Amino acid sequence: MSEPLLKLTDVSKSYGATAVLHDISLEVRPGEVLCLLGDNGAGKSTLIKVLSGFHEPTSGTFEVDGKPATFKSPRDAGEHGIACVHQFGGTFPLMSIGRSFFVGAEPTKGWGPLRRFDRKFAGEVAVREIRALGITRVTDGDRLVGGLSGGERQALAIGRAVYFGANVLILDEPTAALGVKEAAHVLRIIMQARQKGIAVILVTHNVTHAMAVGDHFAVLIRGTLAADFRKGERTREEITDLMAGGEAMAELEAEIEAYQREHAGQVPDPAELEQLADHQKPTA
Amino acid sequence: MAPVHTSTAPASDGATVPSESRGAALGNLVRRPETGALIGTLSVFVFFAIFGGSQFLSAGGTASWLNVAAELGIIAIPVGLLMISGELDLSVGSVLASSSMTLAIVSGHWGAPVGLGILLALGLGLLTGFLNGLLVTRTGVPSFVVTLATNFGLAGLTLGLSRVITGTTSVAIDPGSPAKELFGTLLANKFEVAIFWWIGVVLVVGWMLHASRYGNWILAVGGDTVSARATGIPVPKVKIALFMGSALGAALVGVIQTLLYNSAQVANGQAFVFNSIIAVVIGGVLLTGGYGSVVGVVLGTLTFAIVQQGIYYTGWNSDWASLILGILLLAAVLMNNTFRKMALSYAPKRKA
Repeated sequence: MSEPLLKLTDVSKSYGATAVLHDISLEVRPGEVLCLLGDNGAGKSTLIKVLSGFHEPTSGTFEVDGKPATFKSPRDAGEHGIACVHQFGGTFPLMSIGRSFFVGAEPTKGWGPLRRFDRKFAGEVAVREIRALGITRVTDGDRLVGGLSGGERQALAIGRAVYFGANVLILDEPTAALGVKEAAHVLRIIMQARQKGIAVILVTHNVTHAMAVGDHFAVLIRGTLAADFRKGERTREEITDLMAGGEAMAELEAEIEAYQREHAGQVPDPAELEQLADHQKPTA
Repeated sequence: MAPVHTSTAPASDGATVPSESRGAALGNLVRRPETGALIGTLSVFVFFAIFGGSQFLSAGGTASWLNVAAELGIIAIPVGLLMISGELDLSVGSVLASSSMTLAIVSGHWGAPVGLGILLALGLGLLTGFLNGLLVTRTGVPSFVVTLATNFGLAGLTLGLSRVITGTTSVAIDPGSPAKELFGTLLANKFEVAIFWWIGVVLVVGWMLHASRYGNWILAVGGDTVSARATGIPVPKVKIALFMGSALGAALVGVIQTLLYNSAQVANGQAFVFNSIIAVVIGGVLLTGGYGSVVGVVLGTLTFAIVQQGIYYTGWNSDWASLILGILLLAAVLMNNTFRKMALSYAPKRKA
């Protein structure tokens, strides 16, 4: 097995007295898709923010390519080859495609005070990189990003990260806001990135999407790593269970069974089931 | 595009035409953010050319609105830049008054060299802008509130200190040469030298926003602060620099007015607070940030100045100027929204 690109050991994060992540240890390998699963509030977003340099962990260590590293800012993480793409692509709707592609790393031409943004180059590179990801509808780098569809914006953001040498790509719910066709396209782009040897960390709620592209799965429940397994080690049902809250669902099923025993095999009616479900909700 | 990747392209998109027709000049013009502002400027110019007659079109008439536009423009351009980054500056009124009084007190009341007074006046402006930026970026309090507070605080400070130092609220100054020629003279007895300062500000800021990489940063900060930070843009520094810019513009107009009228008054400048915002908004800058252009702000400033001065040439009561400006502001925002939507809804044409 190849060396991990990114290795987390016992990483914890707390905001004041509230602990959000407990002792997370993870390995991210090149050419692998790691699916980060978990319910809302399980700590996925915090983990991503720690990974991408938005927050510093309270304790624990990071290793990039086997060397210890600390990320004090997103820029630090970026310099270590870690790029994060948010749900809506982290792009700027009212900026042109070329400008948006090069935000923060603008290509310039000319000398001294006449150094200026190279609009033509920016537009050409942006369009080329987006088209290389299979989006052929994009032809003009001067058009506004707001005119692109959700999948095209994801392609813009992913293409940008890859162009700037990201080798760990964090995708936060990239398919959540997309239709079926667009989501499939984004998954294809993920597979392309994987083929190039990029490590992809995919955060998603959608089991089908996770199963389609994932090599490695990590499930977060209330800030702890509840399960860490590889493709084929768990069935779809088990993964769904884990994503839906794991134990909570199992307990609910047990109670339904108990009810059936008490009521001579009768299935609880929907209202009663709702009561059972309410009872199961975590009291946090 | 690399042939390796063509296999991943969905078949339905195969018909796209890569080369875009260059003949669609009108279509492209309509999609420019400044189009609404240009229509506004031309409309009011034609309107007052008709109702204001030859007087409005004469050199004197032209100078009257150009002078107003120049002073407003020197403030509106950097304020517009700040608004593109998503922040407001309501403190320009007091910055203008305080720098104006600083120059008059230092060089008029105390008799120090005019150059020193000008430097201190501009320096005070920069300091105020720096404080505005620092407060906004450190505390997270909306700039609307921070700069409103600065506007009142600085107004009180200017009034209080002026009375303590000079005993009055109006101080005279004899600028002498070359300060008078550089900042406060009239060319051909009509045109303020401020017009050239305005042109200078337009060129410098226009270059910065549209050609330099910093323009990209400003657009990105206004478009999405979190994403901008993620790409490594020093967001607080950008904002502080822009607050200093708008304050510097206001301080410069303070210096210009003081040297033009040979005196300074503590109540000067408050009209610029809202007038600059009106000019910027008419010019197509999005109030929430992320969108706008220097050409648009220039057009917005011209529109404002033409309405405000043009009304005198029609023979109507000048009370109506504000009504026209109010209607124009609303119409401009609605029109700009339409043009922005057209720019966003663009999709490349496909072969039939």
